[in-house]
Amino acid sequence: MGLEAKLNSDGFLVTQLDAVVAWARKNSVYPMPMGISCCAIEMMASADPKYDIARFGSEVMRFTPRQCDLMIVAGTVTYKMSHVVRKIYEQMPDPKWVIAMGACTSTGGMYRSYSVVQGIDQFLPVDVYVAGCPPRPDNLLNALIQIQNKIGRTRARDFQNLKLPELNVIQNN
Amino acid sequence: MDRLTKDDVHPKILQKLLEDSDITIEDALENEMILNMGPQHPATHGVLRLLLRLDGETVIGCVPDVGYLHRGYEKMAENMTYYEYIPHTDRLDYISPLANNVAWVLAVEKLAGIEVPVRAQYIRMIVAELARIASHLVAIGSFAMDVGALTVFLWTLREREKIMDIWDILCGARFTNSYTRIGGVANDAQPEALALVKRFIDEIDSNLSECESLLNTNRIFIERLDGVGVISKEDALSYGYTGPNLRASGVEFDLRRATPYLQYDKVDFRIPVFTEGDCLARYFVRADEVRESAKIVKQCLQLMQPGEIKANLPKSVLPQKTEVYSKMEELIHDFMIVNFGINPPVGEVYHAIEGSKGELGFYLVSKGEGHPWKCKIRSPSFIHIQSLPHLVKGHMVSDVVAIIGSIDPIMGEADK
Amino acid sequence: MELKELISQKLQTNFPEAELEFSEYRNEFNLKFNKKFVNPICKFLKEDTELEFLLCEDMTAVDWAKRKNRFTVVYHIFSIKHNFRLVLKADVDESDCSIDTVSSVWKTSNWQERECYDMYGIKFNNHPDLRRIYMPEEFEYHPLRKDFPLMGIPGSLPLPKK
Repeated sequence: MGLEAKLNSDGFLVTQLDAVVAWARKNSVYPMPMGISCCAIEMMASADPKYDIARFGSEVMRFTPRQCDLMIVAGTVTYKMSHVVRKIYEQMPDPKWVIAMGACTSTGGMYRSYSVVQGIDQFLPVDVYVAGCPPRPDNLLNALIQIQNKIGRTRARDFQNLKLPELNVIQNN
Repeated sequence: MDRLTKDDVHPKILQKLLEDSDITIEDALENEMILNMGPQHPATHGVLRLLLRLDGETVIGCVPDVGYLHRGYEKMAENMTYYEYIPHTDRLDYISPLANNVAWVLAVEKLAGIEVPVRAQYIRMIVAELARIASHLVAIGSFAMDVGALTVFLWTLREREKIMDIWDILCGARFTNSYTRIGGVANDAQPEALALVKRFIDEIDSNLSECESLLNTNRIFIERLDGVGVISKEDALSYGYTGPNLRASGVEFDLRRATPYLQYDKVDFRIPVFTEGDCLARYFVRADEVRESAKIVKQCLQLMQPGEIKANLPKSVLPQKTEVYSKMEELIHDFMIVNFGINPPVGEVYHAIEGSKGELGFYLVSKGEGHPWKCKIRSPSFIHIQSLPHLVKGHMVSDVVAIIGSIDPIMGEADK
Repeated sequence: MELKELISQKLQTNFPEAELEFSEYRNEFNLKFNKKFVNPICKFLKEDTELEFLLCEDMTAVDWAKRKNRFTVVYHIFSIKHNFRLVLKADVDESDCSIDTVSSVWKTSNWQERECYDMYGIKFNNHPDLRRIYMPEEFEYHPLRKDFPLMGIPGSLPLPKK
C-alpha cells in the first residue's frame, strides 16, 4: 500500500531528496483557514465527518499563520479586510500557497459594489481558484488535490534562496 | 509576536478606548494593556474585531470594530430588481439562508400586496424552521468549541449536514438555496424531501440529547458559563435584543407569536424563556428552541394539503419554467418580470420575521419602479454585537470568547 | 379606546407644536413630526406607562435625492405590551444635516445612528461616540447617498501593495 510496498528485502530504497521532500510536503499541507464569510461554513463542512479533509492530510487547521503553508481565503474580501489578509499572508513562512475559494474571492462575484475588492489577485498571488458561490466541500477538496499536485512538482532547492520577509513591523517598535 | 502599530489602531478608536472606563485603577500606566482580538481569530465567528483594554486578565474596556465584511448590500438593492435580490439574501445570515429568503419575499409581498397560497406558506414555514434548527445547531456546536468541547461541534455539524441533504433535494442547492419566489416557492416540495424531513424531525430529539449529554452534565462547561455575561431584562430591551438572547433574559417575546405571519397562528409551540440572562441561559434557550422548531415542522407536515405553490398573478409572479418554454403569454410575462421587474405601488413597508438570531426585518421604500428606492436590513447580529462592551466588562479574557459565542453573531448580516 | 387613537391623542396634547402628521399604509401606523421634537417624543413614547415602546427595532434614513427636505430619518419602535409597531419619521434637510440623538432613550440607537451617519452623513447632535462604523475612518464619502456611484470612487479606498 504505502512506502513499505516499495521496499525490497534489505529494507532501504534509493530516491532523490527532492522527491522525498516534495512527497512529505504535499501530504501534510497545513491550511490557514482565512474564513471571512459564507465560504468559511463550507470550509468547516469540508472538515466534518462527511467530507473529512483529514483523508488528504490537511485536517490540521491552524489559526495562526506562523504554522501554515496554505492559505484558504474563503469569503468576500473588502477593502478594509484586504490589508489584514495581506498582513496574514506575509506572516506565513515560505514556501506558501493560496487558494481563492469561491466566486467573490476570485473575481468579486456577485458583489459589484464600492466596498468589495474585485478579485484578491489584485494584492495576493493565487495558485488555485475555486468556482462556486459557495463551492461545495468536494470542490474545495479538489482544489486541495490540485495544490498537492503543484507541490509535488516542486523541488526542495526552489525555495532555498528566497528573500526573507521584511521584518519592519518588529523593528519599528 | 508583532506589536500593534499606529497603522493598526486608528487614533479615534484608541481615544474611545482610553476614555471609556468605569473601573478606576491606581496606576494606569503600569497595569493596563491593550489587546487586539480579530478580525482573524478562531472565536470571533468571522471577522469581528475587538480591542480590549486589560488590567491583568480582567477586561475593563472593549471597543468592537465592525465593517470588515461590509459588502454594500443596501446600495446593491437599490440597483437591482426585487427578484434579483433573492440570491443576495442567502448570503446575509449564511447559517440560515432560507429564513432570509422568506423574510425578503414576505416584505416584498407586503409591499406589493400579494397573497400566497397556503401550501406555499407551509413549505416556507418548514424551510424557515429547518433553517432555525441548522443555525442553532451551528451556534451550539461552535459555542461549545469556543469553550473547549470540540466533539459537540462535530456532532452538531453531522446533524446539520442532514438538513443540507434535505435542502439539496428540495431546492437543488445545499447551502445558498434561493428557494422562495415572490408569490410562492420555486418548486413544490417533493415527497422524497418531505420523507427525509420527517425522518430528520423524528430523530433530532434523541440526537440532540446525545449532544447535550456531553454538555449539560459537564462541570467544566457549566462552571465556565454560569453567571458569565449577564444582561438584565431592562438592559436587553434597551440594547434592542430580540430572539433567543432576549428570551434568555426573561422576556417572553417572539414575533411568531406577537405578530403572526405565514401560518404560525395555526400551530402550537412553546416559547422557551429563561430568566438568568447569562451565557448558560442563552445556550439552554437555543437547545429548547430546536425541539420547538421540530414540533412546528411536524405539525406543518400534518396540516399541509396538496395545492398551488404560486399565486396566480402573472404580472408580478414568475411563471413556471416549463410553461415559459411552451406558452407565449408566459414567455412575455417572464420577459417583462425579468427585465423590468415587478412594480409595486408607491409606499413603504417594514416587515420582520423571527429569524434564527432574532428579529430579521426589511424596510422597503418603493417609488413604483422595478427596483427598490431604499432597502434597509434590520439585522439582529449587528444589534447584539453592540452590547459586547456591556457584557464583557469585568470578566476575564477567556470569558470574552464564551460571551461572543453565546450571543451568536454572524458577521455577514452584521456588516451587511 | 383604540391604541392608535390613544397615541395620537396623547401626543397631540403633549406636543402641540411638533407638526404631527398621522398616516396609515398596509396596517402600519406612521407618525411624522418636526425633527426638533425627536428626543422628547421618543422619551415620552418609551416612558409612558400606557404605551411602553421599550424596543427600538430599527433606525435608518431615506435619501429622496432632489426633494427639498432631502433626507427622512425613520425609526421603527415596538411596544411589547400591545404588540404594536409604530413608525416615526422626521425630515432633515441637507443645509442643516443634523438631528438630535435618541441614544439616551434606547441604547441600541447608538450604533444605528453611527451607521446612519456613516451611510448618509447625517450628524446626530449630542451623540456620545459619532464615528464611522463600516467604512474606514479615512473614507470621505457617504455610500448610500444617491449621488454616490455603486462601484465607488476609484482610488478612494487603498489596496495593499502586492
